[in-house]
Amino acid sequence: MNDSTLRIVWIYPDLLSTYGDRGNMLILARRAALRGIPAETYQVRSDQAMPTTADIYLIGGGEDGPQALAAQRLLADGGLHRAVNQGAAVLAICAGYQLFGSSFYAKGAQCRGLDLLDISSDRGETRAVGEVRGDIDPRLGLPPLTGFENHGGRTHLGPGVSPLARVTAGIGNDGQTEGAWNGKILGSYAHGPALARNPAIADLLLRWATGADSLQPLDDTWSERLRGERLAAAGTA
Amino acid sequence: MTDGKLPLRAKVATSVSRTAAALSRAAGRGDGSVIGGWIGLKIDPDLLRNLAAGRAIALVSGTNGKTTTTRFTAAALGVLGPVATNSFGANMPTGHTSALAKAGTTPFAVLEVDEHYLARVIDETTPRVVALLNLSRDQLDRAKEVSMMAQLWRTALAAHPDIVVVANADDPMVVWAATGSQHISWFSAGQRWTDDSWVCPECGSPINRAQGDWWCTGCTLRRPQPKWVVEDEGVIDAKGDWHLVKLQLPGHVNLGNAATALAVAAEFGVRPIEAVPRLATVASVAGRYAQVDRDGRNIRLLLAKNPASWLEAFDMAEVAPTLLSINARDPDGFDTSWLYDVDFSPLRGRQVLITGDRAYDLAVRLEVNEVAFRHVTTFDEAVRSVPAGRLEVIANYTAFQDIRAELDRVN
Repeated sequence: MNDSTLRIVWIYPDLLSTYGDRGNMLILARRAALRGIPAETYQVRSDQAMPTTADIYLIGGGEDGPQALAAQRLLADGGLHRAVNQGAAVLAICAGYQLFGSSFYAKGAQCRGLDLLDISSDRGETRAVGEVRGDIDPRLGLPPLTGFENHGGRTHLGPGVSPLARVTAGIGNDGQTEGAWNGKILGSYAHGPALARNPAIADLLLRWATGADSLQPLDDTWSERLRGERLAAAGTA
Repeated sequence: MTDGKLPLRAKVATSVSRTAAALSRAAGRGDGSVIGGWIGLKIDPDLLRNLAAGRAIALVSGTNGKTTTTRFTAAALGVLGPVATNSFGANMPTGHTSALAKAGTTPFAVLEVDEHYLARVIDETTPRVVALLNLSRDQLDRAKEVSMMAQLWRTALAAHPDIVVVANADDPMVVWAATGSQHISWFSAGQRWTDDSWVCPECGSPINRAQGDWWCTGCTLRRPQPKWVVEDEGVIDAKGDWHLVKLQLPGHVNLGNAATALAVAAEFGVRPIEAVPRLATVASVAGRYAQVDRDGRNIRLLLAKNPASWLEAFDMAEVAPTLLSINARDPDGFDTSWLYDVDFSPLRGRQVLITGDRAYDLAVRLEVNEVAFRHVTTFDEAVRSVPAGRLEVIANYTAFQDIRAELDRVN
């Protein structure tokens, strides 16, 4: 490893990888490699110390028990907090998104979160399952978000974050907004391999991590076809 | 129990159920195994219980392999006499009711049971043996998550301590679900997929694995010593004798299913030496593994419904042109994120074609996986695109049924 190598950490795949969450790591690594950016990926299990000097951290979805356990271990470890304070980029998905806030509910109890995003989560009356679509915060300059959501939580945003998107189909945080962002931290209910449908978000994370203003364009023919199909399908089922 | 001993309400229900099934088949609306049972249960809610009474029953449940294992087990029990079974994979109580009504009086029954319904079907059929194959992620947009399913099984079995449980020692979730039972026959069929059992269901500590063994790092849960073990091209039985098992069905996973069937049959008194030749008579299971010749191509159908079964399909498939087809309709689950839980790299270097409702999801996945592919829009186009010889077709549930329909509902 040298200083120009991009380091991508997948946090606790043993606890939080219910919905193909590996995909986000694979997509980031590939989009870096196609541009000649050397990248290394690290899968850090919950019984290992969290590295503090990586460039991008990914955390995925999971069941209530593992979610609560992951929050406890990350609080005890402290490494992720140090990494975020040093400016690392983060993509937090679903259960991982919730635990970035001040509190969340798991197995009927309120749990303490990492307090790295100004959000808190509780339970909704119904489970949100299906296609989700939204217009992303214009300041991020990205095309619409498309994803699949499957969660029982509702997330409340504090003044310290902005919504990632305004919902045009599906539920997201509360039927109005979806996800949250602040600094270089992005959170979303678009679960699992969210970057497969949103390669522009992958490139945003890569730009944040490398400091590049722009990246060489890639052939995204298949991603664009997939996006077209899923953006059209959202809200019709 | 014979029809003559059934309560009157059950007799009427059975008769109507059979008629409805026959009508459904005649109308071309399916094989009738669900509608018949549905009507029968409407007339007599106790119909399954009544039809099960007096039969010696084995139930087979798990995420993967239950249809094939049920077929193998029915073949093995056939040594003893007639066996009723839901051989079309209709694995909920309506399907069980229909299967038993259609079979009439039989001393034995082997029923494939959807994981979610195991507790109810145990209550209603009072089985002698329950076989637990494996638990892994499957259709997460509506299925229960794996640890919840293990808990349901554990509770159900704890309420019936007299049942013999035949269970997979290689799957920590299955072992935990079975451990409360009094009579357990452990088998080892190997477990290629381990991503749903990194965390101990008992205490939440990490589970370690090495050389086929596994153990919890925080409590006493660990792999039990299995009595039935797959070894080389055969199965070691509970007495330690090795039997060569020659199957028509491909892959290591089907040897495991055969070992499970032999272990279940042994609980009914069937010796492996009697059962093994019967396993070799099974050539395909509801179209799975079926081979069809068309235009000089030998087309083989493999069903892969979830990440664990995709890994098994890659193990079975020959190095040959391969068509992958993915749908995300109701029976498949609407969520395709599991594609990233599957490593498609074994397909690198093969001619790969993709199709199905969700071919674009698959296309993006294969690009990331560095597997070259071509998109085709029809099954005929796929067949025309490959040279003479074997074409392996791997498809998820409704995509599989679509292709099976193209091939005249091959069995």
